[in-house]
Amino acid sequence: MEALSAFLAMGGHGAFVWPAYGAAALILVGVLVASLARLRREERTLAALAAGATRRGRAKLRAAAEAEAGAGARS
Amino acid sequence: MTAFRAVLLRDLRLALRQGGDAAVVVLFFVLAATLFPFGVGPEPNLLARIASGVIWVTALLSVMLALDRLFLADHEDGSLEALATAPAPLLAAVLAKCLAQWLLAGVPLIVAAPLLALFLQLPAEGLPALLAALTLGTPTLVLVGAVGAALVLGARRGGVLLALLVLPLAVPVLIFGVAAVDAAVAGLPTRPHLLVLGALLLAALATAPFAATAALRQAIE
Amino acid sequence: MALHRFANPARFLRFSAVALPWFSVAAVACIAAGLVLGLVVSPADYQQGETVRIMYVHVPAAWMALMVYTVMAGGSVSALVWKHPLGDLVARAAAPIGAGFTLICLVTGALWGKPMWGAWWVWDARLTSVLVLFFLYLGYMALQNAFDDPTRGEKAAALLAIVGFVNVPIIKWSVDWWNTLHQPASVARLAGPSIHASMLVPLLLMGAGFTFYFAAVLLLRVRAEIAARRIRALRLVAMEG
Repeated sequence: MEALSAFLAMGGHGAFVWPAYGAAALILVGVLVASLARLRREERTLAALAAGATRRGRAKLRAAAEAEAGAGARS
Repeated sequence: MTAFRAVLLRDLRLALRQGGDAAVVVLFFVLAATLFPFGVGPEPNLLARIASGVIWVTALLSVMLALDRLFLADHEDGSLEALATAPAPLLAAVLAKCLAQWLLAGVPLIVAAPLLALFLQLPAEGLPALLAALTLGTPTLVLVGAVGAALVLGARRGGVLLALLVLPLAVPVLIFGVAAVDAAVAGLPTRPHLLVLGALLLAALATAPFAATAALRQAIE
Repeated sequence: MALHRFANPARFLRFSAVALPWFSVAAVACIAAGLVLGLVVSPADYQQGETVRIMYVHVPAAWMALMVYTVMAGGSVSALVWKHPLGDLVARAAAPIGAGFTLICLVTGALWGKPMWGAWWVWDARLTSVLVLFFLYLGYMALQNAFDDPTRGEKAAALLAIVGFVNVPIIKWSVDWWNTLHQPASVARLAGPSIHASMLVPLLLMGAGFTFYFAAVLLLRVRAEIAARRIRALRLVAMEG
């Protein structure tokens, strides 16, 4: 117990060491969570759009894939 | 070369006909610098200490202020497309526009700088160094700024964005511009600082026009 | 070029599906080991005391800030010069991660500076350069999102990344020079390569962990960018058809 509180005190500099690690963890986790949320949102939209395209016929889906390949090559 | 001269003369003529643009930039320069005594107090020693920095920072901001119009009018009325498809290289037109911009918004700042040096109690030994440093530094700012101005063409809030992009890149010019003046005031040789400013100018001259041309081609695609 | 094998988005997606779990596990393992070694095992510095432990996040974050900017510039070059379809996406995806690492470096630098130098911020050459780098990241991201046409934003930002990358050494050099001119006498410096192994190992482990974290999040973000590009293409087709 005493060892733990000594560890947390960091020789009297705990007020600087722990916020530094906390801020780093907060930023790293924040970037990760934001990236995951964005990925999930885009993939859901893409799935919805692709499903709509299938209903309208496979030809359009193929056209979309070609357009995407074209757009990818151009940019 | 003919294309270069044609664009240069056209830009100068347009600016003179509209008038006022250069005057507004100089007015901003003088006004912004005279705000500092109100901020820090009129104490002459303090003003003399910060004069070189204040003049350089306000000169930097004035150049930025004028820059967002560098390609904007030509982009809006379509003459940029004409320049890009003309047989003469676009690079020549970019160089001409940069030179015109410096003559219209850089040289007036150098001319007005002695007035500010007087207002801000800059020691007299510092004045030649200030003028030399501004002469070498402001073209670099225009060249680097031209790249930014070409990049933000068609962007939302282009003017503010331009400052955000270019100001960090202007840090070296600011550092050595101020250092030259401070060295002169302290009685040290100014030559090394002016040489660095010259080197920065040459480096900008060798690279920035190409980057600006590439950015312009992107903008009109 | 081996890189071109991943040029095709479909192939990239397959690669990322395989690599992502490995990168994630490696990131967690390296950071966990680095934390244990850095916080518990490694000794306190004889001069700086326990505050030296801030180094194990601060210094790797500074490395990452530079490395991510290099990746961004590399992606931009490959997009502009070789029209590599993934170059733009990688550069675009890397920017927020790099800005995050730069922010970590600045915040931990302030928290380290207060006990060591007695001030939250000093115009130390390294801190100042990192601050300018942070502004470059912000400008890059602002330019990317400033256009109604996303491709125009991508291209303009790619050019800016290259211009910025060329300027970073010049800025670093001039800030170093400026700082030696105005050097405050009290600034303590880290011992350079003579750092002891008990400190070097956790430092390198944290660096490796951050690199794997970057790789994993980069894959996630590039996947999101690919999806976004497909959505754009599908919407275009839907509008035309």
